Amino acid sequence: MDMIKHLMETRRDSVIAFGIVIVGYVVMQALMATGNLSYTISGLMVPICAYIVMAVSLNLTVGILGELSLGHAGFMSVGAFTGIVVTTVLAGSVELPMLRLAIAMVAAALAAAVVGVIVGVPVLRLKGDYLAIVTLAFGEIIKNIVNVLYIGLDSRGLHFGLVTPRFTLEEGGKMIINGPIGVSGIDKISTFTAGFVLILITLFIILNLINSRQGRAIMAVRDNKIAADSIGISTTRYKLMAFVISAAFAGMAGTLYAMNYSTVTAAKFDFNLSILVLVFVVLGGLGNIWGSVIAAILLTALPELLRALNFNDYRMLVYAVLLIALMLFNNSNFKQRLLERRAMKQAEKEPKEVA
Amino acid sequence: MALLEVTDLGISFGGLRAVDELNMTVEQGALVGLIGPNGAGKTTVFNMLTGVYRPTDGGIRLDGENLVGKKPHEICKMGIARTFQNIRLFNKLPVLDNVKTGFHNEVTYTLPESLFHAGSYRKKEKQMDEKAMEILKVFDLDGQWDYKAANLPYGKQRKLEIARALATDPKLLLLDEPAAGMNPNETAELMETIELVRRRFQVTVLLIEHDMKLVSGICEYLYVLNFGRLLAQGTPVEVLSNPEVVTAYLGG
Amino acid sequence: MISNLIAGISLGSIYAIIALGYTMVYGIAKMLNFAHGDVIMVGGYMCFCATFYLGLPPLAGVLLAVVVCTLLGVTIERLAYKPLRSAPALAVLITAIGMSYFLQNAALLLWTANPKTFTSIVGYGSIQMGDVHITHVAMVTIAVCVVIMVALTLFTNKTKMGTAMRAVSEDKGAAQLMGISVNRTISLTFAIGSGLAAIAGVLLCSAYPMLVPTTGSMPGIKAFTAAVFGGIGSIPGAMLGGILLGVIEIFSKAYISQELSDAIVFAVLIIVLLVKPAGLLGKQVSEKV
Repeated sequence: MDMIKHLMETRRDSVIAFGIVIVGYVVMQALMATGNLSYTISGLMVPICAYIVMAVSLNLTVGILGELSLGHAGFMSVGAFTGIVVTTVLAGSVELPMLRLAIAMVAAALAAAVVGVIVGVPVLRLKGDYLAIVTLAFGEIIKNIVNVLYIGLDSRGLHFGLVTPRFTLEEGGKMIINGPIGVSGIDKISTFTAGFVLILITLFIILNLINSRQGRAIMAVRDNKIAADSIGISTTRYKLMAFVISAAFAGMAGTLYAMNYSTVTAAKFDFNLSILVLVFVVLGGLGNIWGSVIAAILLTALPELLRALNFNDYRMLVYAVLLIALMLFNNSNFKQRLLERRAMKQAEKEPKEVA
Repeated sequence: MALLEVTDLGISFGGLRAVDELNMTVEQGALVGLIGPNGAGKTTVFNMLTGVYRPTDGGIRLDGENLVGKKPHEICKMGIARTFQNIRLFNKLPVLDNVKTGFHNEVTYTLPESLFHAGSYRKKEKQMDEKAMEILKVFDLDGQWDYKAANLPYGKQRKLEIARALATDPKLLLLDEPAAGMNPNETAELMETIELVRRRFQVTVLLIEHDMKLVSGICEYLYVLNFGRLLAQGTPVEVLSNPEVVTAYLGG
Repeated sequence: MISNLIAGISLGSIYAIIALGYTMVYGIAKMLNFAHGDVIMVGGYMCFCATFYLGLPPLAGVLLAVVVCTLLGVTIERLAYKPLRSAPALAVLITAIGMSYFLQNAALLLWTANPKTFTSIVGYGSIQMGDVHITHVAMVTIAVCVVIMVALTLFTNKTKMGTAMRAVSEDKGAAQLMGISVNRTISLTFAIGSGLAAIAGVLLCSAYPMLVPTTGSMPGIKAFTAAVFGGIGSIPGAMLGGILLGVIEIFSKAYISQELSDAIVFAVLIIVLLVKPAGLLGKQVSEKV
C-alpha cells in the first residue's frame, strides 16, 4: 500500500533534516576550533540556539495550536532567572558545569510550565486578538515583577523580596537577583554544544508530539474547535497542553540564553523579544517546524551579515525594509503565479491516475 | 428503554423561545428523521443534544443517563456523534488524520509515549491507520487518504464528516442535513450509504432534513418541528398525509 | 487625591487619543497597526525640529507634526498594508512590526539615540486651587481630548465620509456594492488616526519631555491595551479605555506601588477581558453552529 511508502518517506525526510542539523553543528564547531569564525559570530552561536528553541516552541502555540502569543519572552524570562538561581545554589554541590546546566534547565522548564498553566488557564478562554493582547499583558507583567524581584542566598538558604529586598544577607551571602539591576557575575556555563543538544531534544519532542494523537487533537482544535469538541476532544485540555509545553521549552531556552552572559536584566526579555521570535515563526511558516529553525538562523545572522557588508549604520533599517519586502513578496500575486506554474509543471510530470 | 429520550425540552435566547416542550424518543437501531421548514429549530435541537447549547428546561437521556449540563466532548464520550450543516472538517489535516482524530477516546496512549514515540505508540498508530482506512473504504474515500480535507470536493467532504463521526464509535449518530447542496444522484447515493452505515456500524441514526420527500424514503419514523414546537410525528406515510404538515411547508 | 485624578485623566487623555488611532484602523482594516506608536514618536520629533531648529512658534510645530504624520500614515498604508488586504492577519501584523522597526531605526539615524529635551508647547505653568495642583499641560491635554472626542463623534455620525467609514467597518463587501470607495475610506482612516497620533505625540512630549526613537513604543502598547480594554473597534470604547487606563496607572503609582504600576495596569486589563471578553463597550459575537 502506498501509505506505508509515504510513512517511510516522511521518516527519511526527518532523518535527513536531523542529519543537516548535525552536520551544521560539526562544521561550525570545526570553524570555531580552527579560529575561522569572527568573535561576533562565535558569540552569536548560543543566542542563535536559544532563538531556535524559542521559535520552535512558539510555533507550537502559533502554528500548531493556532493561537497568537505576544508574550513568549515572559516564559523565557522565568526560565532564565530560575536557571540562574538554580545554578547558583548548585555551584558548591554539583561540580560538572554541563550537569549543573542540565539540572537548571529542567528546573527552568518546570517553573515556566507552572507559569504557563497560571497564564494559560485564563488566557485560553479568550479568542483571537483578545487572546493575543492578554498574552502581551502577561509578558509585561512577568517583566515588571521580575524587574522588582530580589533573591539572595546565604548559609540559611534562599531569601525573597518584592519591590524592596526585605532581607539582610549574612556575611558571605550572595545577592542573586538584584531587582532592576538584574544579575551580574553569572557563571557562563552555556556552550554551543549545550545549545545544540537542547535544539535536538526540542525538535525531537515537538515533532513527535505533532505526529501523535495529542498533536492531532491540538491541530484539530486549531482547525475547528466546535468539530473537535464534537468528536470528544477536550479543547481546553489540549489548548493548555500545547501552551504549557511551549512555555516549558521557552524556559529552557531562557536558561541557555542567560548562562551565556555575565549580566542579565529583566528588561532583556521584553515585548520586542517576543515579537522578534514571532517574526521567525511567521517567516519560517506557521506550523513549519524546520522553517522556524531556518528563519531563526538567517534572521539572527542577517544583521551581522549586514554589518560585515559595511552597512553598519543602516543595518537595522535594511533589516526592517527586508522584512517588509519579504512579507509583501510572500503574499503577492507574483509568488502566487510562480507557485501555480510550478504546480502545473509537477502535474504534467506525474502520470495520470487511472481510476 | 429507548436509546434517546427527550422530555419537555425547551430553550430561550433572550426573549425568543427557539424550542418549546419537545418530546421525542429514538429507539435502539432506528433511523429517525427530524424535519421541518427553515428556522423551525432543528439544528438548535441538535445543539442541545450535543451540549453546544444548554437547554433552559427539560431533560435529555441517552441510555438512561442524563446529558443536560454535560460538555460537548463528554457527550461524545457517552455515545453521541454528529455532523454539521455547514461542514466542519479539520481542513489543514489529511483525510486520514481527520478520521484518526475521531479515535481520540477509542485508541489511546499517554503523553510521554507520544513525546518519545515509545511504548505502545507504534502499535496503536498502526491500529488507528488500519481502522481509519477501513472506514474510509466504506465511503469510497480511501483513494484520497492523503489529500488535505479542504481539497476534497464538496460531496466527499460531507462523507468525510460522517466517517469522522463514526470513528468515535457512537451509539447515536446525528446528521445535520447530510444531503444539503447535493444533486439528486448524489443524494440518492448518500442515502444508500447511510443505510449501509447503519447496518454495518450498528448505529442508531437521527437525521435532519429540510426536504421531506427525501427522508421519507429511508426514515422509519419522523418528527416534524415548526416554530420550535412539535407539529406532528409518525411514520412517513402518516406525516406526509397530515394536513397541518402540508400547510406548514407550503404556507410557512 | 483630586490632583492625582486630574493627572490620571490627563495621561489617560493622551492614551485615549492614541487608542482612537488603533481602534479606528482596527475597526476598518481589521488589523493591529503596530507602527502606530512610532508615528507618535515622529510627531514628537517633527514638533521638536520645527520649534528648536527652525524657531517656529509652537502652534506651527504642531501643525507641521500633524501634516507630516498624516502623510506618513497614508503612505505607510499605501505602500505596506494595501497590498496585503487579502493576506492572512499575521502577515499584516508582521509587516506592521517591520514598519515599526523601520520608523524607529530611521529616527535613530536622523536624530541619534541621544534624548532630545522637548520644550512643552504650553509652558510649565500650573495653577493651584487649595490642595489641588493642575499643570497647564494637563488642562490643555484634557481640553484637546474633549474637542477631539466631540469632533470625531460628530464626524462619524453626521457626515457622509463618517457614515462611509462605519459602513466599511461593518461590511466591506456590502459597502463597496453601495458605491463606497473602500480604499479611499481606509486611507482616510489612516490619515485621521495618524494626525491624532501626531497631536498625542506633542502632548506626550510636553508632559514627559524626553524624546528618543523608542518614545512611542510603551505609550503605543498601553494605548493599544486601552483600545482593547474599551472594546476594540469602538470609538467611545477607546476614549473610556484610555482615560480609565491613565487613571489606574496614576493611582497605582500613587497609592500602591511605583514599581509595579505597569503590572497592575495590565492585570486590570486581563481581569476586564475575562469578565467581558470583548472589552467594556465591545460587541460580543458568538459563532453560529
